[in-house]
Amino acid sequence: MIRPGPVAILRIRRTLLAAIQGELSDHVAERFQQDLLRTIERVDATGVLLDISSLEIVDTYVARVLADTGQMARLMGTRTVLVGMRPEIAATLVTMGYLLEGVETALDVDAGLEVLGTFDEAGGRR
Amino acid sequence: MAERAHGRHTLPIAVEDDVVIVRRKVRQLAERMGFDLFSIAALTTAASELTRNTWQHGLGGTATLEEVSADDGRPGLRMTFEDHGPGIGDLEQALESGFSTRRSLGLGLSGSQRLVDHFRIESTPGEGTRVVATKWARYPTGR
Repeated sequence: MIRPGPVAILRIRRTLLAAIQGELSDHVAERFQQDLLRTIERVDATGVLLDISSLEIVDTYVARVLADTGQMARLMGTRTVLVGMRPEIAATLVTMGYLLEGVETALDVDAGLEVLGTFDEAGGRR
Repeated sequence: MAERAHGRHTLPIAVEDDVVIVRRKVRQLAERMGFDLFSIAALTTAASELTRNTWQHGLGGTATLEEVSADDGRPGLRMTFEDHGPGIGDLEQALESGFSTRRSLGLGLSGSQRLVDHFRIESTPGEGTRVVATKWARYPTGR
């Protein structure tokens, strides 16, 4: 497990689960982006779940770092799903006019895993 | 709207971490004042954007947070961001969605304006910028 500040990146088979916790300052957000991309390369990840359910605030800066990270991962050939956005954060971003385009989203980690299709019904690896 | 001021907190904006410190203080005040969850998120996010603007574009300054109350009893939080930086030449352009002079989305000012009930910006090139953003709680509190 890698721990760049308040972000834990867990590997489950070839899926990475990055749980962002607490307060994400600008420089921590950028360091997280680099750490995640390097981890994708190192473990040959096929999918990434960005879990932001613990984040109390996502301003346009953090939103952009998250969306950019998803697009960067896609360029590397890895699919990213942003999961767990709180209702008040979704409302705030849309009110501001930011629709977080370019990154897939799902309600929670379970739904995100389904989007990625990481595990088949028998629980085996695809 | 007539209003009365209760408490005032002035925080410095000098380093990047002040973005986190200011929005934390805003959250703390808004929670105590009885704002709902969505309004707290709006206030905290606007504070984050405006503090970052003051730090990046205004070269630092201050954030002043004031608890005010409307004449109908609803509490409000007024946030004033002041700097003595280069100022903004074209305010209309700066408030357009998507306008950005730096590596950002350009939604900081226009987005913050949409998140609050009252928004005023004054800027003089060469002298600085002052942004006042106020949001009212939906319901009056007991006090």
